[in-house]
Amino acid sequence: MELLGWTAVELGARIKAGEIRVTEAAEAVLNRIEEKEALYHCYLTVDRERVMAQAEQLQGRLDKGELTGSLAGVPIAVKDNICTEGIRTTCGSRMLENFVPMYSAGAVSCLEKAGMLLIGKTNLDEFAMGSTTETSAYGVTRNPWDISRVPGGSSGGSAAAVAAQECFAALGSDTGGSVRQPASFCGVVGMKPTYGRVSRYGLVAYGSSLDQIGPITRDVTDCAALLETIAVHDSKDSTSVKREDGSFLSALKEGVEGIRIGIPGDYLAEGLDAEVKAAILKAAQVFKEQGAFLEEFDLGLTEYAIPAYYTIASAEASSNLERFDGIKYGYRTKEYKGLHQMYKKSRSEGFGTEVKQRIMLGSFVLSAGYYDAYYLKALKVKALIKKTFHQAFQKYDVILGPTAPSTAPLLGESLSNPMKMYLGDIYTVAANLAGLPAISLPCGLDTKGLPIGLQLTGDSFQEKKLLQTAYIYEKARGVFPLPKERK
Amino acid sequence: MKHIIDDEMIEYVGILAKLELSDTEKEQAKQDIEQMLDYIDRLGELDTEDVEPLSHVLEMNNVFREDVVVPDDIKEKMLDNAPAQKDGMFMVPKTLEQIS
Amino acid sequence: MGKQYETVIGLEVHVELATKTKIFCGCSTAFGGEPNTHTCPVCTGMPGALPMLNRQVLEYAAAVGLALNCRIPPLCKFDRKNYFYPDNPQNYQISQLYLPLCREGSIEIDTVQGKKTVRIHEIHMEEDAGKLIHETGVEQRDGQTQEDDIQEYSLVDYNRAGIPLIEIVTEPDMRSAEEVTAFLEKLRRIIQYLGASDCKLQEGSMRVDVNLSVREKGTEAYGTRTEMKNLNSFRAITRAIQGEQERQIHLLEEGKAVMQETRRWEDSKGESYGVRSKEDARDYRYFPDPDLMPVVVSRDWLEEIRSRQPELAEEKLERYRKEYQLPDYDIGILISSRHLATLFEETTALCGQPKKVSNWLMGDTLRLLNERGMEPEKLGISPEYLASLIRLVDEKIINNTVAKEVFQVMFDKGVDPKQYVEAMGLQTVSDEGILKQTLEKVIGANPKSVEDYRKGKEKAIGFLVGQTMKETGGKAEPGEVKRLLKELLDASV
Repeated sequence: MELLGWTAVELGARIKAGEIRVTEAAEAVLNRIEEKEALYHCYLTVDRERVMAQAEQLQGRLDKGELTGSLAGVPIAVKDNICTEGIRTTCGSRMLENFVPMYSAGAVSCLEKAGMLLIGKTNLDEFAMGSTTETSAYGVTRNPWDISRVPGGSSGGSAAAVAAQECFAALGSDTGGSVRQPASFCGVVGMKPTYGRVSRYGLVAYGSSLDQIGPITRDVTDCAALLETIAVHDSKDSTSVKREDGSFLSALKEGVEGIRIGIPGDYLAEGLDAEVKAAILKAAQVFKEQGAFLEEFDLGLTEYAIPAYYTIASAEASSNLERFDGIKYGYRTKEYKGLHQMYKKSRSEGFGTEVKQRIMLGSFVLSAGYYDAYYLKALKVKALIKKTFHQAFQKYDVILGPTAPSTAPLLGESLSNPMKMYLGDIYTVAANLAGLPAISLPCGLDTKGLPIGLQLTGDSFQEKKLLQTAYIYEKARGVFPLPKERK
Repeated sequence: MKHIIDDEMIEYVGILAKLELSDTEKEQAKQDIEQMLDYIDRLGELDTEDVEPLSHVLEMNNVFREDVVVPDDIKEKMLDNAPAQKDGMFMVPKTLEQIS
Repeated sequence: MGKQYETVIGLEVHVELATKTKIFCGCSTAFGGEPNTHTCPVCTGMPGALPMLNRQVLEYAAAVGLALNCRIPPLCKFDRKNYFYPDNPQNYQISQLYLPLCREGSIEIDTVQGKKTVRIHEIHMEEDAGKLIHETGVEQRDGQTQEDDIQEYSLVDYNRAGIPLIEIVTEPDMRSAEEVTAFLEKLRRIIQYLGASDCKLQEGSMRVDVNLSVREKGTEAYGTRTEMKNLNSFRAITRAIQGEQERQIHLLEEGKAVMQETRRWEDSKGESYGVRSKEDARDYRYFPDPDLMPVVVSRDWLEEIRSRQPELAEEKLERYRKEYQLPDYDIGILISSRHLATLFEETTALCGQPKKVSNWLMGDTLRLLNERGMEPEKLGISPEYLASLIRLVDEKIINNTVAKEVFQVMFDKGVDPKQYVEAMGLQTVSDEGILKQTLEKVIGANPKSVEDYRKGKEKAIGFLVGQTMKETGGKAEPGEVKRLLKELLDASV
């Protein structure tokens, strides 16, 4: 169906113009989901009746002229670690199999306010811990480009749903690359905004100082439109920043002249797949042809980002996940003697292996006698990394590099080698540690026909510049293909 | 491999984290923590003597709310999620401390 | 001759702040309320909920710090204290470890040996836990009650979870239960004066943990200390201190070691027991809470808080001596409660005569408070009415006996004394004509007493005065009655 091929902004315009009804768009997406879910399994929850009722209601409001935003009526998917009032939110965990939040996340409230249509909740690595969506307690999501491969993670369901046309856009969350890396593997656009740009209220916390909700979309324009919708100050989140520069669509202007782009030499060094490297350098060349200033430089500290990241993320996760105790909500074991056994059995049965490993590591690095050596040390390295980027942004507007060292791996390949999986985050975690905005957009296919992601990183709160740079590349690159239809 | 995580340590961390691992999981946890710690040790190569630890990337402070009551009525919906409840409260195994 | 021991005591005092809302969310802090009705996603630890600091918490905590002569560093942060317990909804408590709000303060107390300084180590802010109710009941399975399923369980109410607390940690500077009591009374008075808390031990708005160790007299090093919890009254604190020092000395005498542990005081049994379990690792894995931003306390802000600080008890003591020339005994009672002191000052401002005002407050007021079992804070007498009552007596509109009766009605029902006196016709009978008629009636009815008086028995006149007062319903002025009686009796000789 032609409708499904439109971008979110295109669909929004036609809905607004009265050419398409919200119910039609909803129907089309729901049918598509019905047709494709057995193959990809992007969603954990889709409530058809609820969606249709909501679509009717939104159309009514549009007819009355109450909804004027560019994305009103557009179906959107939300990662299942973002709370939605009255709709089950599982975090991909057995622990929260039946948890129904009594409140919506700040970002979800923004979507509602803009009149977007929540189509369903997408699959993810359990509690967003993973890079493949394979640690979900509810089964793997498959990459629409090659169903023998992972969609990336942890926002794999969201990225795959956008790529498979099972929604027009999606929200993901990014703690160490969880929006950008699956976007890269699925050939779509994914952005992690500056820390503090989007409310974290209602995002089930993994690493609180690193987490940020971000858009996953078909193109840069959709990304800007969706970011504009969700980048709203929230008085329920102390780390939410009040800013006046949130009209991101207006930043999408052509003309790259004067833009200074730096390519960290360490990002092109050992460990990077040759085809990915070639595609990145080719993308860099496009910028040069457009008149941008481009040079390779030494960013430094790249190899320290991952150990610092895992220390901080695990430590915070070990504390954030303490609330899952079988008392207020979630899973409680059937047989137990006494309180402590209830805790231990509920948590051990409710959490999957990867989550337990990270909680163990995190509890260890915070425990008496180790705090200074690990956690405090990691916070100091974080400070150094932030400084390194600060210095780089004195010289460059945007830092260019790959999103991931390789294209999507085969299912099962990563979990058998966790250290390699962790290393897959090498180009993405620094933006989380330094709180910077970064975007991944497709820049080619490898010989296996898998998408390659180009990552652009900007300075704090410089999303406009970042989106503009991405937009220029996208224009020069031309339309990126969708994955081949398969039965 | 420099770090050795023994059974006692796994037991101890299990008490802190309220996790009871199976024998296989324990072995895996030992390996995983050892491997990660060896890897994290790499941070030791950096001189951070004069570096202030950075917990917040945002240079923001004094984020407050005013002392005004915002009524919320979540009791029923909240208890609907509870594995066990009684008289409008969450029901848990006996918590009275052990007497020694 | 046995060894001489010295007891070393430090305190950890938790005080609930008198804010309208909880520390990190907009839920009410009102006492009572059906279980779990003062709750929201934040204070019940729902997934994804985030804390937002209540500004008033900081202002109250800083005000207490300033009043306790603390140093308030320019930066403070919140940390997470991780431990699992059902009353702790997130299974971590947001508290302050690394950068607390206040450090290094002191309070001067009066002891039998004279003045003594108790040093404050720090004051930090934190959130309170929920309430646990322990029950033994019958569990239902498949809708059927099973006889053999009687089991013990606890119920959790999160109304109290997230109520703001400050924890005041002292140095181990106290040596006896008397010093501890003096410290706590002074601390309580200061905090009550600031309006930062009502500090009620029984209701738990002030909770005291006692860290106690003993050592041989003359030694420098501290002994191993225990931490005593569940102390709900000054009496319990005193008894627990005595019990614990005896227990520790007894152990040492027997050559045994004191174990560092937390103990729970059972006041009904007059003894304590250790509360530890192997699941209690006491390794709280504190780390800075990433959900809360640092607090920068500027000098200007502190000055502003300081300028709003009311006059504290010590300052009142000095001023009352100078301004009202009251005896120290009176002052001590008046300033023991901020409410009483305010009532005193406001009444005196209206009618002058500080000593008379003080007499009313120390005498009848305290007596009635005692009789009614009321806290001075609950006193509903208005300064206007008290001043009015004093004026009624001054102007001889009512006598002292009537005034006491009127006061009691005023105390209980809050009536306007002037209106009440008029409505009830309690004015003193001052019309000589009317009074003389009554006197003649009394004289006529008591010939025996009249005769006794005339025979020189001065005492007999007392009886006649009494009879006259009775006739007038107590509304006459006894001095006046006596004068007129004498006049009449002496004239008719």
